[in-house]
Amino acid sequence: MGEPVVEIAGVGLHPFGRFPDRSVTELGIHAVRAALNDAGITARPAFQAAFCGTAYAGVAAGHKVLAALALTGCPIVDVEAGCASGAAALMLADGAIRAGQYETVLVFGIEKMPKGIIRSTFFEPWREEVGLAATPAYFALRAQRLMRESALTKEDLAAVVVKNRANGAANPDAMFRTPVTAREVLGSRVVCEPLHLWMLCSPNEGAAAVVLRRAEGVSAHRSRVVVRAATLRSHLPGNVLGEATPLAGLIDDRDIPSPTTLAADAAHEESGVGPDEIDVVECQDTDAARELLAYEELRLCAPGEAGSLLASGEVHLGGRRPVNPSGGLLSKGEPLGASALGQVVELTLQLRGRAANQVDGARVALAHTVGRGANASVVILSR
Amino acid sequence: MTEVSIQPEFFLLDAGDGRPALVGTYCRSCARRSFPPSSTCSWCGNEQTDTVHLSRTGTLWGWTAVTAAPPGYRGPVPFGFGVVELPADGIRVVTRVAVADPDQLHHGQPVELVVDVVHTDEESGARVVSWAFAPAGHQEAR
Repeated sequence: MGEPVVEIAGVGLHPFGRFPDRSVTELGIHAVRAALNDAGITARPAFQAAFCGTAYAGVAAGHKVLAALALTGCPIVDVEAGCASGAAALMLADGAIRAGQYETVLVFGIEKMPKGIIRSTFFEPWREEVGLAATPAYFALRAQRLMRESALTKEDLAAVVVKNRANGAANPDAMFRTPVTAREVLGSRVVCEPLHLWMLCSPNEGAAAVVLRRAEGVSAHRSRVVVRAATLRSHLPGNVLGEATPLAGLIDDRDIPSPTTLAADAAHEESGVGPDEIDVVECQDTDAARELLAYEELRLCAPGEAGSLLASGEVHLGGRRPVNPSGGLLSKGEPLGASALGQVVELTLQLRGRAANQVDGARVALAHTVGRGANASVVILSR
Repeated sequence: MTEVSIQPEFFLLDAGDGRPALVGTYCRSCARRSFPPSSTCSWCGNEQTDTVHLSRTGTLWGWTAVTAAPPGYRGPVPFGFGVVELPADGIRVVTRVAVADPDQLHHGQPVELVVDVVHTDEESGARVVSWAFAPAGHQEAR
């Protein structure tokens, strides 16, 4: 008997977008049913536990989805970790299976975001009243610092949007499916200098589901996708602006590792897979600069080299290691609880060789999100 | 007209010398400061903390302009937004910036604490004021 292996037995997705006629529960039903079908699970009980990632769906939101499918009775736990909620749910499921607690676990994420700037109880009422609950402004400060320290320009930011929107044009589950030019991106209105509207992802709606199953040892089944690591890390004291939202009064130094770097290093150690062995990446592109920062934090390039990496074409389709072949959040939009699992669905299809923008011969994949708190998740999958 | 601090506990309109001040936390254990003040130190978690007045001058570390009203905000847009480094305190604070045109600002620019009107309360007619940082020598925001 080898080490227990956690395999992805099935994946399902409800497209990301705006669906005024469908409740968040209905989005979840769609994704969960698709994942169970994909896994070929018809017997009951279908799984021994379920973890549901969501930030805005409310009390017992996961229970409502599974109640509608008559799949209750097992433990059902809703998990909130901002934009990393779905990955946090995956981490808990993966750990429980590895510990021998369960054989099969359902992980899903659901969300219906309000339109406009995300309102969050993370910000105290006084912070809202004074205008400091302006999420895009924090993104802008982070972008500004990255541009200053890595010698990036607005043209580099626009190039990220052009890349991702071109990829998204082929993704039937994306919200935005038209390619854009750099000129159009730079011509869209400035939300918070240096970020223009089209450099920011749209909060939206969607659901994603993954069935995890315990499998003993190494399988000869070549198409099987396994979870090599599912890590989540929060910020260290003194580092917040590197991530989603800074708290006043904390110094943000580059010599303090960001949550993304902490999660990535832990994932590489846990999996034994180094950054150079990754074939395809889905990373958090809540704004265009966030993707460039991820290149550095995930150690896809050296600090300060994000612009060179982008310009080299390595991260484009057909390059050595494409980043966000799905189109990223810039194309898909971001339903918080579902977005991390949407990445896992995309990468599972990549490893099965069945993605819309297939990366030839992809064997190892990495998914990354950053959420308010700050939380960062890194998931490494392989076949 | 009456002025009301957005947070009287840590934004003082008169710190005793007729000038405004921000109140932070000093940790007796690790000797670090933080803002806003808290009963625990955000660096080490210690509960032995004192309140201190933060320095009124610093340098601009990051800045932008917010062009659309964020949730819960009833003041005018655009308004300046940024992070100011307070070298004497060893921390940075998130703040309104009295200049809403990013082109007029630069990294490391000397700035000073000012009183900034956020909005006028409809019921009481009082002006709700916040702290902001303005380029040194800049006319006060109000």
